[in-house]
Amino acid sequence: MNGSRKQLIDPRIAEKIAFAGLWAVMVVVAVPVVGIIGYMLYRGAAALSWELVSSVEAGLLPAIAGTAYLVSLTALVAAPIGVGAAIYLSEYARPGPLLRMIRLAIINLAGVPSVVYGLFGLAAFVILFGWDRCLLAGSCTLALLVLPLVISASEEALRQVPQGLREGSLALGASKWQTIRRVVLPNALPGIITGMILSIARAAGETAPILFTAAFYSLSDPFPDSLLDPVIAMPYQLFVMATEEPDVEPATMWATAFVLVALVLGLNLVATVIRSRLRRRRW
Amino acid sequence: MVKKQVARVWEWVIERLIHIAGVMGIILVILIFYFLLQNSLAMFGERSLGQLILGQRWSPTHKEGFFGMLPLILGSLYVTVGALVLSVPLGVAAAIFIAEIASPRAREVLKPAVELLAAIPSVVFGFLGLLLVGPWFADRFDAIQVGQFAALGSLMLCFMALPTIVSICEDALHSVPREIFNSSLALGATRWQTITRALIPAARSGIIAACLLGLGRAIGETMTVLMVTGNAQVMPEGLKGFIKPIRTMTATIAAEMGETPYGTTHFHALFAIGLFLFIITFAVNTIADIVIRRSEKDIA
Repeated sequence: MNGSRKQLIDPRIAEKIAFAGLWAVMVVVAVPVVGIIGYMLYRGAAALSWELVSSVEAGLLPAIAGTAYLVSLTALVAAPIGVGAAIYLSEYARPGPLLRMIRLAIINLAGVPSVVYGLFGLAAFVILFGWDRCLLAGSCTLALLVLPLVISASEEALRQVPQGLREGSLALGASKWQTIRRVVLPNALPGIITGMILSIARAAGETAPILFTAAFYSLSDPFPDSLLDPVIAMPYQLFVMATEEPDVEPATMWATAFVLVALVLGLNLVATVIRSRLRRRRW
Repeated sequence: MVKKQVARVWEWVIERLIHIAGVMGIILVILIFYFLLQNSLAMFGERSLGQLILGQRWSPTHKEGFFGMLPLILGSLYVTVGALVLSVPLGVAAAIFIAEIASPRAREVLKPAVELLAAIPSVVFGFLGLLLVGPWFADRFDAIQVGQFAALGSLMLCFMALPTIVSICEDALHSVPREIFNSSLALGATRWQTITRALIPAARSGIIAACLLGLGRAIGETMTVLMVTGNAQVMPEGLKGFIKPIRTMTATIAAEMGETPYGTTHFHALFAIGLFLFIITFAVNTIADIVIRRSEKDIA
């Protein structure tokens, strides 16, 4: 194509220079990332103590409990809708404009800014439904946010179940739903669970969606008594400590950041390991 | 007999529910748009669209109430453009490295590692920027007076947009048929010539889509920019604006909605910002999707 183009430098030398440049980029990307995260883990681990994690007044216990409540409820709300949608997409949907619209909608849901989910949660759950700022409103908002993630992970898992298993079940006289319920879902379960773990990790780290739907910061009554009570969550506590509370010990902040990152990365690692095992599975 | 009929009814109900779940995505997009629109409409009764978007002053708690979004739009623009200038070259280069130069074993480690970066919560990036990176810059450069400024937001966002860009770019490069690569090499081209003149043009649509998705991610990011860009709703001026505090659209919603009474003009104005953001990200993601589809068609 460029036969007439003059070669300014020997292409082999150009290649050496370019590859060296790419190596340099990889280092530039990797070193600060590893460095910064390593530094945070180092500072945070040094500040970590059993007292800090387990005490209510100076500690993280209310935030850890609040995040646990939030993400459990989020998973409970997101799982049936997300897995249902995935079953529709992999087992029922026919190619056509409707399917095209559904895919476009899911892609766009994944790209909606998290603070906009917060606004939606505020308008729908907090104000319209009258739930006020609470655990339930926050979990429903987070559930919508992770829904695209749940759907795409579950759909991938369902599609990996070989067609032959479905045909075998149908040939034995089972109905379509019986086939899905007894054959397809059990085989796809590990993949679906992986998707749920990733969703929980995502929900655990989000701050903007719970900012005006669930979160509060109070050490006098830190534990929610019901679904309609507000909660303290780890990311929110980190945000408040870093921006609004001048007297917080830096050690407490670093420890909070450490626990949050360790939790989120830990969940992701678990999911990655399960996923790579699944990819190697033979049918 | 009865048992069989109950089972049939049960199955019918389940299948209806699955169909409803299937179209839930569409319903949700419509509901989000409707709620944003409904809650911002009251705003347009009091101020014109022009006043809202082109107004140069945002001070909602002033007794006259100024709701000019322009400083916030420009703030988002500065941070986002800065983030893309940093993350697109780095991301594309890293994707080429992972796809073509790294050994298969290194690839197996690098790709999940980059994707793991995407898992770190945005509030943690904000925390690191606020406590560590921002003060580091402010201590070393006289021109930077405060440790919270637009370019710091860009820098932190760069690391958050990188996983998206690297991962999707790498997929695009990887899905280019090996025949193209091998025939170029067989014609005597070096690997680098093959990468720049055969591989990248073939994967072009995927690379563009990756950058668009990175853009979408950067423009909607909230907690990080709220914490590190200084929260100053002023008009940024020229290149100097990058080292001055600014305020983005997302940060404004996050910072002010908590203390705003429901139903006030201020409340509706914040929803109007949300609607604006929703429309922008919707457009960006839809265009990215169209581009990806075209690239899949190209390769097939």
